[in-house]
Amino acid sequence: MNFDYTDDQKALKDEARRFLAAASPLSAARAVLERPDRGYDADLWTRIGEQGWCGATIPERHGGLGLGYVELCALAEELGRAIAPVPFASSIYFFAEALMLAGADEQKEDLLPKIASGDLIGTLAVSEGAGAFRPDRIEARVINGRLSGKKAPVPDGMTASRCIVLAMGHAGPGLYLVALDGLGVDRHSVSTIDPTRGAAVLTFDDAPAQSLGVEGAGLEVLNMVQERGAILLAFEQLGGADRCLEMARDYALQRYAFGRPIGGYQAIKHKLADVYVKIEVARANAYFGAWALSTGAPELPLAASAARVAGTAAYWHASKEMIQTFGGIGVTWESDCHLFFRRARHLGLVIGAAREWKRRLADQLEARLSAEQAVA
Amino acid sequence: MNFDDNPQEATYRATARAWISANAPDLSGLSPEERRNWHDKHKEIAAIWQSRKAQAGYACISWPTARGGAGGTAIEEAIFNQEEARAGLQFTYFMTGLHMLLPALMEHSADEASLARVAPAVRGEEIWCQLFSEPGSGSDSAAMRTLAVKDGDHWVLNGQKVWNSGAQAAHFGMIIARTDRDVPKHKGLSAFWVDMKTPGIDVRPIKMMSGDSELNEVFLTDVRIPDNQRIGAPGDGWKVVISTLMNERAALGSGTGLSWRDIMGLARDSGGFSGSTLEDPAFREWLAEYYVNAEAIRLLSFRTLTSLSKGHTPGPEGSAGKLLWATQTQELTNQALDIQGCFGLIDDPKIALRNGAFQHRFLWAPALRLGGGTDEIMRNIIAERILGLPADIRVDKDVPFREIPTGR
Repeated sequence: MNFDYTDDQKALKDEARRFLAAASPLSAARAVLERPDRGYDADLWTRIGEQGWCGATIPERHGGLGLGYVELCALAEELGRAIAPVPFASSIYFFAEALMLAGADEQKEDLLPKIASGDLIGTLAVSEGAGAFRPDRIEARVINGRLSGKKAPVPDGMTASRCIVLAMGHAGPGLYLVALDGLGVDRHSVSTIDPTRGAAVLTFDDAPAQSLGVEGAGLEVLNMVQERGAILLAFEQLGGADRCLEMARDYALQRYAFGRPIGGYQAIKHKLADVYVKIEVARANAYFGAWALSTGAPELPLAASAARVAGTAAYWHASKEMIQTFGGIGVTWESDCHLFFRRARHLGLVIGAAREWKRRLADQLEARLSAEQAVA
Repeated sequence: MNFDDNPQEATYRATARAWISANAPDLSGLSPEERRNWHDKHKEIAAIWQSRKAQAGYACISWPTARGGAGGTAIEEAIFNQEEARAGLQFTYFMTGLHMLLPALMEHSADEASLARVAPAVRGEEIWCQLFSEPGSGSDSAAMRTLAVKDGDHWVLNGQKVWNSGAQAAHFGMIIARTDRDVPKHKGLSAFWVDMKTPGIDVRPIKMMSGDSELNEVFLTDVRIPDNQRIGAPGDGWKVVISTLMNERAALGSGTGLSWRDIMGLARDSGGFSGSTLEDPAFREWLAEYYVNAEAIRLLSFRTLTSLSKGHTPGPEGSAGKLLWATQTQELTNQALDIQGCFGLIDDPKIALRNGAFQHRFLWAPALRLGGGTDEIMRNIIAERILGLPADIRVDKDVPFREIPTGR
């Protein structure tokens, strides 16, 4: 029983925080915001690659560090805290994870070392249009190893060179590996509410596509990848929400009104206490998720949904109440508040909105209750 | 991060689970009314259970054997509490004494006659109640006006206490009284323990909105308490209060009751727009939101456990758990009525679903947000002690107690 990081994990996390404080100050995210055509901070990405973080959970034989998933969660928490403008989530939580879960040996041998070094950026393309995800709405098609269709938005779609695409194959929904700089791929940058994380609209027209994993088993793999990614994103959400609360607290201590710091008024104290409680709910569920992810516990699907639902709610609440605490300055372009407000929504939508995950969570609770009753 | 038992803990859990299932008292012969808290039959069974646990080394597991405990670890105690809750065997009668008051007594008193009261409480033979709050001292918990005046080797107490849970059945109480009105309010308090049969103690049950009467008013008229029953030095009563509150937060495995499982069962038994309410998307969305909060309460208790196992004292973080638990219980019971529609109005145990347990809890829930520190006090603790925001302006600070305005 240990509701905490180990000492080694804490040391890694502290080191990551120090590194990011210097390498990824808020001005780095702002620089991408001001020049959205850059899509990400390439220098920061290189430095993160040099740290070895991209290969944290990639096995050593594929050029990674072979660390555990709690270590990756610790890095995610710090990246979220720094709102680092890099394609880490797309390339590591989603592309590399899908590859490790479903890729053939030669695909792993070819791509994982490049992912681990940061030389290759990958991403995952699922969304096609507005609304909740439904397999029968997938219009992208693969016929005879050629992909046609449209995906929008694809996170980091302009910076990635490889993409795993969900499309209908002859055996049903499948995942396909596509080279984005190859034939039959048209990509355009698309503006989103969080320009610090670039996105693209990808149009495929007979683009060469390699099957990833068993044909027709795409949804099962996608589910697993999303569950694992949900936990890692929950740590980014946790780190971001924590920082919002700290910024709001610091501002409330230095801003005076009616002759004293606004943080002395219960209207602000109780507001921020509620933010704290929501973050603790997110932390508790994220930690449980990290444990489930690192041990492969059967609770993983339930823990993942819970971590996502709690993480999304906490970051949203913390970012909007931070702006409210700052008052007018908080809604200006110049203030850093909107960097977090934007990132909170980016993270809350990028693998489906909270309502989809609440639905999954309820399904899982029903399954769990039935299983418990069957045992009893 | 590890939410699993290590091999040693798993062995302990298995042994505890087997012992509980072999020794658990049978509640099946009790009617729904008899199964309610503070019903004599329910209380009797609780006392038998407590005594069985004490004999087997499962009561106050982490306390020293000299005080009736089992000399075990905080982890073992928490595991046993979890298994007890799992078996539906959580009785509250001894919690005030064992979780809050007696640990403070052991910490602040060296008097053997006083310490001799501990072991019988562990065995379930004696119930303790807390005599702290007063009509003019609720959230302002150091504003007690009950006066204790020294008379030879005794103290004479006069005043009124209120919201005293279980005082009607308690054998002993811990009481805070003012021994010096000429110093600021926190500095003039002293703690005592008292036999509830002492002349001058008048316990009057308060009928609550739920219809229950487990809370009381306690009137004290010339109550004489021997000086050896003073806990801590005169004027140090506030330190004793703080100890009891810290112990309350350290209390593990409590706060059970109705859960997400219960409301899912209820939803399955309630008609929805098509099929049962369990199939209703709006209910499912609510369920997911409720679950992450309920799960957080469960998981945050592991954090308390982690810090105990490392030898740390649990800090103000426990306030978040209390705030969540109280508000979520209200949320759960309100939803339970809602999903039943008009039928949710019925609380007749013979007709209502689950014998009216949700309706009964619904009428209790407002009190949960007040007792043990209100929602607002929890938010103040979080804001001041965790976030480091300034304390509220206190106009009674540094003022002799007798000069503090009372509005009367």
